[in-house]
Amino acid sequence: MAPAPDADGAPRPAPVAPAPVAPASVEPAPVAPASVATRPRAGTPAVVARGLTKRFGETTAVDGIDLEVAPGESFGLLGPNGAGKSTTMRMIGAVSSRSGGDLRVLGLDPDTHGPEIRSQLGVVPQEDNLDTELRARENLVVYGRYFGLSRRVCAERAAELLAFAQLEDKAEAKVDSLSGGMKRRLTIARALINEPRVLMLDEPTTGLDPQARHVLWDRLFRLKERGTTLVLTTHHMDEAEQLCDRLVVVDHGRIMAEGSPAELIRRWSTREVVELRFGSDRNAEAALRLDGLADRVEVLPDRVLLYTDDGEALLARVADRGLHPTTSLVRRSSLEDVFLRLTGRSLVE
Amino acid sequence: MSDPRADAVDAPADAPAVTRAALAAGARPRRLGALYVAEHQLRAMRAYGWTIVVGGVGQPLVYLLGIGLGLAAFLDTSVADGADGPVGYVEFVAPALLVTASVGVAVDEFTYAVMNGFKWRRLYWAVNASPVSPPQLAAGVVLAVAARMLLTAAAYYALVLAFGAVEHPLRGALLPLVGVLTGLAFGLPLLAYSASLTDDRGQFALVQRFVFTPLFLFSGTFYPLATMPAALQWVGWLSPVWHGAELGRALSYGAPPGAWPAWAHLAVLLAQAGVGAWAARRVFLRRLRS
Ligand SMILES: Nc1ncnc2c1ncn2[C@@H]1O[C@H](COP(=O)(O)OP(=O)(O)O)[C@@H](O)[C@H]1O
Ligand SMILES: [Mg+2]
Repeated sequence: MAPAPDADGAPRPAPVAPAPVAPASVEPAPVAPASVATRPRAGTPAVVARGLTKRFGETTAVDGIDLEVAPGESFGLLGPNGAGKSTTMRMIGAVSSRSGGDLRVLGLDPDTHGPEIRSQLGVVPQEDNLDTELRARENLVVYGRYFGLSRRVCAERAAELLAFAQLEDKAEAKVDSLSGGMKRRLTIARALINEPRVLMLDEPTTGLDPQARHVLWDRLFRLKERGTTLVLTTHHMDEAEQLCDRLVVVDHGRIMAEGSPAELIRRWSTREVVELRFGSDRNAEAALRLDGLADRVEVLPDRVLLYTDDGEALLARVADRGLHPTTSLVRRSSLEDVFLRLTGRSLVE
Repeated sequence: MSDPRADAVDAPADAPAVTRAALAAGARPRRLGALYVAEHQLRAMRAYGWTIVVGGVGQPLVYLLGIGLGLAAFLDTSVADGADGPVGYVEFVAPALLVTASVGVAVDEFTYAVMNGFKWRRLYWAVNASPVSPPQLAAGVVLAVAARMLLTAAAYYALVLAFGAVEHPLRGALLPLVGVLTGLAFGLPLLAYSASLTDDRGQFALVQRFVFTPLFLFSGTFYPLATMPAALQWVGWLSPVWHGAELGRALSYGAPPGAWPAWAHLAVLLAQAGVGAWAARRVFLRRLRS
């Protein structure tokens, strides 16, 4: 991918080279030997990927990514639609074979130990696939059986999980009658029936209304507090900021940057952002006159973004130059800005 | 990906605890995955249980009454021979109707229901994320349908007995099994076909109209295949319904001299089911592991 110039003329950073991506708390692990990882270690990484690649015919959906997820960590893949997030999740979830590279999940190779890996995962897919002809409770019980759990254990856990998902009074309701947010919570409850070591969530709140999203985030936050390892994808930067200890920004199947939300913002953006709107046909022209005021200027179709550490001071200097935007806003930098910086595109078109 | 192949679940003693836990937890689903799928499928069938029972008992009753009291009463000569000479019309037709009922279950369960699993309700994808493998999923779906076929065919046989339309009731007790085998000989290739479709653009209606119905009519169901024009007899030779019906007749009243031996019919049915099973397994793997 050719680095596209910024609005301020600086070249965009190249994708992060396939260097080891290991959190400070975990020593970089060499890829485990073929069948079973043999080094006894308390903190066996939940996931280790090196050069992980997936091709569908001509399309390269995942293009040599490296990542490592430590136990108990909450790890995110942030990227726009088509970035390869779901494909990566499916490979980690041992339901899609890789075209290249190496992958270990809980020390096992998905190619040979798919059932064993899946026995330890909870999967919340991008599209709900609850059994709409069964009741809420039945969905949990039936699903638990697939993990070889006894009916008694399934029933006990189903009761606990319905409470956790705040669906106790919907236990006997047909799934069809549940709202979108309730279905999503039920799907999460179902994914927890086997007490998974790793919970995988593919766009957990996409399509939900703001209130339902907050309820869901609260539930996920509780899981995180309990030490469940979370691996989630999202194209909502607020979700990534809320839930992820560490994340990778992906675009076109490649990792563009990696770090905690705060680190990423510090590294790739400024503390604050000033958003100015001059009217859609005048933004570009106004941007020329803003030259030199900010660390970086980004012109979007509907607004101009000025990156700076002190927004209010900058606003004052804009006025000094005799520019009068129709609206102006000072806000803190977000992952959206990081994404824009790294790819030249907005996260959500 | 080769889930079913790798059954080496013995953990090296020095493997990390999480790895050993995974290896232990995978063992049961590797053995019993298909049964868990069947359990779920049968539970879901309960939702339309009454249709199954009413269809399973009502339809044969209507056919047997209609043919026994109606058609058979008008026929004054026998249309077919058994091992000991001419047989009654209801006796002749009953085994064919029984296996057809089982094939009807296959049409019911291996068309739209499969599309439901892959696409509309995406149920198969939920199973796919569990330790259960695609071949186990396919096997579990088939097991549940075979159970429904057995129920249907057994109910049919009970009615056939009540109508006295079987010469050797004990040997005839194998008829429900012939029904299941026939249903699978037709159903497993159909399952493979349905699983390969990404969209229903009316194919299932075509299967019903241009595969199931002609097979039902041209498989020597209501008159011996040999009385059909030679140019159409090949339909019967290819048809699981004909092979199942002839096998059933051989059990019910014995094959006349010159008929295909029973083992030949059995071999054809097993081959059709076997090819279907192989193809279905492949399609499930390809689709769920891409
Ligand atoms: N089964 C598939 N067959 C062919 N192409 C696919 C398949 N799944 C995904 N892709 C392609 O791979 C790319 C990445 O898709 P996906 O992983 O779903 O992205 P994301 O989840 O980030 O939106 C897209 O270009 C998509 O069209
Ligand atoms: Mg996706």
